Amino acid sequence: MEYETFDHEADVGIRGYGRTLEEAFENAAKAMFSVMVDLRRVRPLKEFHVVAEAPDTETLLVEWLNQLLALAHLEGYLFADFSVKISEDGTRLEGYARGEPVDRHRHEIAVEVKGATYAMLEVGKEGGRYRAQCVVDV
Amino acid sequence: MELNSLVRKGEYEWEIPKRGDMRVPGRIFASRRLIEEMDDKVREQISNVASLPGIQKASLAMPDAHWGYGFPIGGVGAFDPEEGGVICMGGIGFDISCGVRTLRTGLSVEEVKPRIDELAEALFRKVPAGLGSRGKLHLSMSEIDDVLRGGAVWAVEQGYGYQEDLEYIEEKGRMPGAKPENVSSTAKKRQLHEVGTLGSGNHYLEVQYVSEVYDAEAARTYGIDKGSVVISVHCGSRALGHQIGMDYIKELYKAAKKYGIPIKDRELACAPIKSPEGERYFSAVAAGINCALANRQVIAHLVREVFQEVMPEAKVEMLYDISHNTCKVEEHRVDGVRKTLYVHRKGSTRALGPGRNEVPRAYRKVGQPVLIGGTMGTCSFILRGTEEGLEKAFGSACHGAGRAKSRRQAKRTYRGERIIQELRRKGIVIKAHSYAGVAEEAPGAYKDVVEVVNAVHSAGLARKVVQLKPLACIKG
Repeated sequence: MEYETFDHEADVGIRGYGRTLEEAFENAAKAMFSVMVDLRRVRPLKEFHVVAEAPDTETLLVEWLNQLLALAHLEGYLFADFSVKISEDGTRLEGYARGEPVDRHRHEIAVEVKGATYAMLEVGKEGGRYRAQCVVDV
Repeated sequence: MELNSLVRKGEYEWEIPKRGDMRVPGRIFASRRLIEEMDDKVREQISNVASLPGIQKASLAMPDAHWGYGFPIGGVGAFDPEEGGVICMGGIGFDISCGVRTLRTGLSVEEVKPRIDELAEALFRKVPAGLGSRGKLHLSMSEIDDVLRGGAVWAVEQGYGYQEDLEYIEEKGRMPGAKPENVSSTAKKRQLHEVGTLGSGNHYLEVQYVSEVYDAEAARTYGIDKGSVVISVHCGSRALGHQIGMDYIKELYKAAKKYGIPIKDRELACAPIKSPEGERYFSAVAAGINCALANRQVIAHLVREVFQEVMPEAKVEMLYDISHNTCKVEEHRVDGVRKTLYVHRKGSTRALGPGRNEVPRAYRKVGQPVLIGGTMGTCSFILRGTEEGLEKAFGSACHGAGRAKSRRQAKRTYRGERIIQELRRKGIVIKAHSYAGVAEEAPGAYKDVVEVVNAVHSAGLARKVVQLKPLACIKG
């Protein structure tokens, strides 16, 4: 499993795994969009560029996710495919998000994610793979 | 929650004794059963809030409290700026000023029931809801600034509703201190097409009727009686509020470090009220509140248009408009001294007692209406604020039922189509943009609103006035 969601009393937790930190960030973004929509229904028709900065790697994850939410909303898009590059010190990120315009009938959106939060925010390595997670407010 | 960690102060009042670096005790208002069902995380979060600088009297939780972000949802904390008090992101949240507005219609349940399908369909068509929906208003960046400064007052000036509506909105429809320049252009851009939209998740528009009257005098004062039909709208500041949260969580996290505020949980990111960062955040929150007030004012206008078309005999008037996720400047008595406090209410409602200036003149004798939304297909309540509530909880009450099942559990347990059919059999019409959304918001996914409201009533925080039952529910 590259990504998953987990229970939080009022909201939903999202978690991405990867062989690299970058991959874990990419998969965390997939986990977040999977809360809204079945990712198999989202085609990567257009690509958007994202740059994020934060004081540390954990807050960088939240910043990355929140930028994606803002971008998706502004453009009227859903994203399902991502690629990122993270700086050595883990405080700067450059990435791409690919997706297509929201189609209310085909996408059957369950809920809107309002924001990624610092709750249960963790970025780390366990058993040889990276893990990036937080709770998103829906 | 373990009962032995609490000291019982009354049948519906439980104290978390001050320990460690807590500056004040914690206090939970709830029945024994609600306490037993409450997550232990709530106690941890109440204790963390109790350790923030400048907190007054006690860190509070309402009967519907559940695990939130820094603050529990259903948490209340009042801070004194003169004692280094802070303004805290966790005490307000992402959906700034999410709230409920209730409108009277002057119609009875007998008059509305035969027309309910037509009415529900017209409301569903008229009020934009669900993800990706756009409002009828398309604003420029400078017009958004006017919304953020003017709130519902702006909406009325634009022809959405009437001057007299404003009397029945907190802060008379316009939160002072809003500074649009402290709201990012991303936040504003995200709102250009969203004013007058309902949103998704737990937001809704319901046609309801008064099914039970507990306090006939107060009900009369609020202009309703048994069988009266009302409309309740539950929504907030939409994307603009979410973006303010995203923008400031970073800034407040840095500020807490800069001012050496020890926070045990990153979600409690905060800044002193009297600091440039704190002042900036407060002015942005005020702008977010105005955005929500304008939003609900425009939706109320759309509701009026629907009635004009479908049932023109209706007289749609404001009952009241309350907000849940706010920080407001209020006067309260602390140990006999009048103080100006910044009261954070995260997932809880202002419930001011009789005599307070903030309460509309027409309601001042009985207290502020407290609008409590139940879940789709169950029931809602209107309560009134009390003097006791002012003493005990800075004039605060619960905001809803609170979730019992997580969204994932609910989605696994329920099917949206089936819930709509079941409610249909009970005579309730559901109009929704997403079946999955309906499943997540299934009545069984929430705590029993009756028990939560009874606890608020019995604790004296607010008193029951009427119960409302749904006829139709529009969801995002």
